Amino acid sequence: MKKENTLLVGLAMTAAITAVTYAILVAPGFLTDSGLNMTEGVTNSSKAVYDLHMIILWICIVIGILVFAAMFTSIFLHRKSRGAVAAKFDHSTKAEIIWTTIPILILIVMAVPSTITLIELEDNSNPDIIIKITGYQWKWKYDYIDEGISFYSSLKADSNAARMTGASIDPTTVDNYLLDVDNRIVIPVGKKIGFLITADDVIHSWWVPALGWKQDAVPGFINQAWTRVNEVGVYRGQCAELCGRGHGFMPIVLEAKSEEDYAAWLVEKKRGLAVTETETQRIWSKTELMAKGEAVYAQQCAGCHQTDGQGLAPAFPAMAGNPVTNGSVSKHIDIVMNGSEGTAMQAFSKTLTNAEIAAALTYTRNAFGNQTGDLIQPATIAKHNNG
Amino acid sequence: MTTTTHEDHNEDHHDHDHKPQGFLNRWVFSTNHKDIGTLYLVFALLMFFIGGAMAMIIRAELFMPGMQLVQPEFFNQMTTVHALVMVFGAVMPAFVGFANWMIPLMIGAPDMALPRMNNWSFWILPFAFTMLVSTLFMDGGAPAGGWTLYPPLVLQTGDSFIFAMFAIHMLGISSIMGAINVIATILNMRAPGMSLLRMPLFVWTWLITAFLLIAVMPVLAGAVTMLITDRFFLTSFFNAAGGGDPVLFQHIFWFFGHPEVYIMILPAFGIISEIIPTFARKPLFGYTSMVYASASIAFLSFIVWAHHMFTVGMPLGAEIYFMFATMMISIPTGVKVFNWIATMWRGSMTFETPMLFALGFVVLFTIGGFSGLMLAIVPADFQYHDTYFVVAHFHYVLVTGSVFALMAGTYYWLPKWTGHMYNERLGKWHFWLSVVFVNVLFFPQHYLGLAGMPRRIPDYSPQFADFNMLSSIGGFAFGLTQLMFVYIVWKCVRGGEPATARVWEGARGLEWTVPSPAPFHTFETPPEIDDSMVAHGEHM
Repeated sequence: MKKENTLLVGLAMTAAITAVTYAILVAPGFLTDSGLNMTEGVTNSSKAVYDLHMIILWICIVIGILVFAAMFTSIFLHRKSRGAVAAKFDHSTKAEIIWTTIPILILIVMAVPSTITLIELEDNSNPDIIIKITGYQWKWKYDYIDEGISFYSSLKADSNAARMTGASIDPTTVDNYLLDVDNRIVIPVGKKIGFLITADDVIHSWWVPALGWKQDAVPGFINQAWTRVNEVGVYRGQCAELCGRGHGFMPIVLEAKSEEDYAAWLVEKKRGLAVTETETQRIWSKTELMAKGEAVYAQQCAGCHQTDGQGLAPAFPAMAGNPVTNGSVSKHIDIVMNGSEGTAMQAFSKTLTNAEIAAALTYTRNAFGNQTGDLIQPATIAKHNNG
Repeated sequence: MTTTTHEDHNEDHHDHDHKPQGFLNRWVFSTNHKDIGTLYLVFALLMFFIGGAMAMIIRAELFMPGMQLVQPEFFNQMTTVHALVMVFGAVMPAFVGFANWMIPLMIGAPDMALPRMNNWSFWILPFAFTMLVSTLFMDGGAPAGGWTLYPPLVLQTGDSFIFAMFAIHMLGISSIMGAINVIATILNMRAPGMSLLRMPLFVWTWLITAFLLIAVMPVLAGAVTMLITDRFFLTSFFNAAGGGDPVLFQHIFWFFGHPEVYIMILPAFGIISEIIPTFARKPLFGYTSMVYASASIAFLSFIVWAHHMFTVGMPLGAEIYFMFATMMISIPTGVKVFNWIATMWRGSMTFETPMLFALGFVVLFTIGGFSGLMLAIVPADFQYHDTYFVVAHFHYVLVTGSVFALMAGTYYWLPKWTGHMYNERLGKWHFWLSVVFVNVLFFPQHYLGLAGMPRRIPDYSPQFADFNMLSSIGGFAFGLTQLMFVYIVWKCVRGGEPATARVWEGARGLEWTVPSPAPFHTFETPPEIDDSMVAHGEHM
């Protein structure tokens, strides 16, 4: 085996493997519209994370090409069918020292920028605005601590209808399928937003890729994170920690607005919350309750009890003809508000408004063939809540 | 009386084996390391297909956006039970099967040190898995909180909770007993002259693996027990409302879980380190550094666990420490890859099916190693964590790593086990179809993860549709291809060209000095070891 021969084959293999690597990593981008790589995001941190990702990716690609080129050179040259005769050597201290030392140096080169970026990411000091995020099965709650604003954010109704097993709605016809919500979290651009992240039931994880990080929401503990978004826009993400049946269906939509637009949004949001408060006080008509109830049912209940109210045996009982939906009102209220121990039935008192619970109860008692005729008012729920 | 017994087991009568008569005596009451090895391997193969069927359901649901086939709850049950079955039912028992068959043959021992315990270690498994799989048919279905069993979610499991927990306890008992047996055998029953540093690397990696098992299976048992008491006896280990901490579970689980992933890869390193020298017709390069590298990997595996949980909200100092410690693993792992390539270098290679799978292992496991290194970088992990990038990573190291090594090892020793050569042409087809489709299956998942698709979701936004469909097609094809494996093994058991004792031209080691098929009892008197028999290590 001549030296030049080895070098030549080695170069050819390096070229071939580089071409294959290029084809695998880049070519799919020409064939599809789908994203191939991590987003650069819209914050300085997310760009730093992206840069780090690219550095390490390139290091891996270069090492990979060299290692595989050596291997395939050997596979090509040192094969019995080419008449290769096996050498006898079985170690080389020099070679082993070299290929232990070089990786150590590469690791040090990688560790430095990684640590610097990490320290920046973990600097939660001096936020301009603090928002508390709470994860629930399966929605998010946002509390603007200094503004007294608090609201829930759930999967939007059209996505929710289309995601039911066997639904006849084509997901591609739904705008931002599974990535749209009823109430967006809104922040101003250019400000340092501090997040306090926790959960109420199981562990969730709050992740908007454009911000460059995800942070677990752990019940009983408060985690911190921060962001400073540079560009106005709408950024979408999802829960990233398995949290049960609805894990795939609790997206996050974050809207970054200019400071003026953000101020206007605050005013508007506060007015909206005041309306919700007065809604609890007034008497609702049956039509109103049934219309709102149908919407709430589709959003909150249909996932288990099914849109047609037939349930899903054995875990999820049918609403139609159910002894609870057709029986005592106070027992029905109790189960919906406090859940049912040992079953998948959650307690909704914390996550739904009084009006929403009242409407959902009225709807289930007067739909799917149930004909109790009961009208349940938001005020009744409020009373039940306080007493 | 003792004389009679002695005569019954007289050596050098390989032609009549004294196999126990009848199915019950032969298999259920077996204390023979070869039969128990076979039981383990057959069981693992069965579990591989059960777990694989669940993977097919997962990939079918993810074929296109929208929920077409199953409920989200059932989807979560599939991801959870698929992982438990593959980890505890397929990969681990398969390696124990190899250990049973090969360790006594490789060190010149007549059997495992503790044959009755060996029987019990195996026979726990079918009961444990019957219990685990039966949860699919219970009210509320199987556990759906992920194989990592994180509370509080896992505590929402229905009636099946306690069945799954006890199944895991039983698997732990089985693994610990298997590990004790391996250690006792290797440390006490080596033939004279088989010093520790002359042992085949497969024996070395299994010795280290067995210590890992003994160290960490009790930790898993502790974690599972705390879940049980939290659920039934009102303790609050993991319940914040009672003063506990859900994240504590994750620390305990991954203190088990990280060594666990090396439990599933170290014996694979061992198998590959046997196969490459055989088909390169050249001694393993850097035998001693391979042993030290395996031991270093095992040591490091105890001090890197929290890299599975960089996003739970750890202090900065802990994140930096776990990042550095994790990056260090790439050094001994790199040594292994370089040594395998140096073993091939200037060898005289042929490419029978075991070698093809071994080469596939080296390339694809290395790709899994690269993505592992990327995942160690904490800021980047904040993006990668819990996405399909992670799914791609651990399937590269587990499927194209561990499972490919198991396939390679099966083809390598199958002639020794059965006395027949397998069909080489079909074996090569099996390899090439597997290697193509496994990449179609898992490589696009890197893109999905980077583009933002979380793992463990039953449905996804249409922006992820193309690569999911591609991945599913690869999955179905890879799954179907594995039926070839069953066919090839079955045909080889039934007949075929007779295998010689050495089987492969370049094979070295004691296992090749006994006839093929290996007689029911081997090395009843310890062999005289000379240099030509041992595969590695210092020469006498």
